[in-house]
Amino acid sequence: MSEQQQFCEIALEGGTYEARATKKFLQRKPYEKHDPRVIKALIPGVVAEVGTQVGKTVQKGETLMILEAMKMLNRIKAPVDGTVKAINVAAAEKVTKGQVLIELA
Amino acid sequence: MSFMQRIVDFFSKKSTVTQGGGEKAISKQKAGGKMTARERIAALLDEGSFHEYDLFVEHKCQDFGMAGKELAADGVVTGSGTINGRPVCIYAQDFTVAGGSLGLMHARKITKVMDHAIKMGVPIIGINDSGGARIQEGVNALAGYGEIFYRNTLASGVVPQISVILGPCAGGAVYSPALTDFVFVVDNISKMFITGPEVVKTVLGEEISMEDLGGARVQAETAGNAHFFSNSEEECFASIRKLVTFLPDNSRNKAALLEQKNPKASYKIEELIPKDSKIPFDVRDIVRSIVDDSEFFEVQELFAPNAIIGFGRINGETVGIIGNQALYLAGVLDIDGSDKIARFIRFCDAFNIPLLTLVDIPGYLPGSDQEHNGVIRHGAKVLYAYSEASVPKITVILRKAYGGGYIAMCSNHLRADFVFAWPTAEIAVMGPEGAANIIFRSEIMNAENPDEMRKLKVKEYTDKFANPYVAASSGYVDAVITPEETRAYVAHALQLTRNKQEARPDRKHGVPPF
Repeated sequence: MSEQQQFCEIALEGGTYEARATKKFLQRKPYEKHDPRVIKALIPGVVAEVGTQVGKTVQKGETLMILEAMKMLNRIKAPVDGTVKAINVAAAEKVTKGQVLIELA
Repeated sequence: MSFMQRIVDFFSKKSTVTQGGGEKAISKQKAGGKMTARERIAALLDEGSFHEYDLFVEHKCQDFGMAGKELAADGVVTGSGTINGRPVCIYAQDFTVAGGSLGLMHARKITKVMDHAIKMGVPIIGINDSGGARIQEGVNALAGYGEIFYRNTLASGVVPQISVILGPCAGGAVYSPALTDFVFVVDNISKMFITGPEVVKTVLGEEISMEDLGGARVQAETAGNAHFFSNSEEECFASIRKLVTFLPDNSRNKAALLEQKNPKASYKIEELIPKDSKIPFDVRDIVRSIVDDSEFFEVQELFAPNAIIGFGRINGETVGIIGNQALYLAGVLDIDGSDKIARFIRFCDAFNIPLLTLVDIPGYLPGSDQEHNGVIRHGAKVLYAYSEASVPKITVILRKAYGGGYIAMCSNHLRADFVFAWPTAEIAVMGPEGAANIIFRSEIMNAENPDEMRKLKVKEYTDKFANPYVAASSGYVDAVITPEETRAYVAHALQLTRNKQEARPDRKHGVPPF
């Protein structure tokens, strides 16, 4: 840990303290509320097949896309009823973890 | 064959095998700034103390062109020797022989020397430098790893186990070091990962260098798999030799008692703590002002620096020291800090090393990041480890001891044998600001000037509760002592607890929140 590290304010339940932060503390991600209408890749992989179109009405549980990841063909299903608002990836495209694949309305 | 011929023949055989993978492979090894397996053993152990066994062991593989292929000592050097005159068992994988790859006989050599260590009750040191399983040997190579892991588990808490990563240690191989007590890594030489950068790239499309994925610094600072980080192999061996001086040979013994030395005069304990409880200070200086010769041998210095762990001596006796470090994250307990402390407690307890806990804890780290990653189950390990530990447990509360953090840091309630508190101690259910905001909520809200009222109430709470006397009035603190008295109180407590006995319920084993 480098000695030149700056002191910063650490807010705790009982008050605020001046202290050095760790790398992990600085890199922690703020909480994001989960929106079931925004379908993200849970693991990185390659889109094997897109099985829906923009504007299509879909039902909960319907397969929208096949994502090949960890040597498996993973079915990406609609988590809720809705209509497809946007498809952000195409077949054969590589996707990273957390990338938005499909948005429902 | 004449007698002389036999002797000559022996020397010739021995010389061939001890040359490992041959000149070319050795110069390649050295070009990478690495010593050979035998050089490493010689550098680590007392001069001339190494005795090698199983030099002539050969692999039995017949497949994939392995029949008749000679692999010197099957790629691993095993034996025993001494460190500072004390016996240890040791093995070192030889990367110059088939990349130090692990086959069945290679593994058998390792497990044999591990069995020796367990049976004889001496520490076992493993130097890892291997490309991984010898693929040609198939499932037999996996069997070899499994046998090593099993013995690591059997040896756990019986003899100290030290792993030294001086090259690659990848895939399943990483689990042997992970099961041992102390892992040493060297910058630019050690590489540890379950899956390497190439697999990460193919499978995930993630580009990451070997160093960033599992280099020495990452293991020591971020992942916390390594306990000691060195800049060179020589530096690494010096710290292993140092570590061993603090440890007993096995769990039946206590660490050797050394000559007592006073702390250095330069560490003036009464000047070390700032008057304001919100100003951080380096708790390691407090440690140095208490221990013999001001020598604190820190473990996991780079990982979770908000908690400190390490060894020191008091009146010549090894003590495991744990402290909250206000310099980092105000000294909170978080996931990493809890893991670090809990494992260290269990090591000390297994090897009869008394625990000295220095408390200055404002509480736990708030946030979804901590909660979702399981700060509850990780934090529970600290409570479990302290409660379970039956070695002498001595606690000194320096400043803050708030809420759950107070309980967790070896309080009277978790059966500390002695809890001492400095007059600067603040033992309270939570920090004054938080407490005043809750207790006097309506008074503050309804006041003409809420900020003024808040300040007033915080002061009122601080004056009444932010001290050691409320806890002392219930007997939760055994003595309020001045900083200057600390060493004497701790030393006497250690003397008194030397033959401590405590009844525990009969059970097979507990179920700690792993």
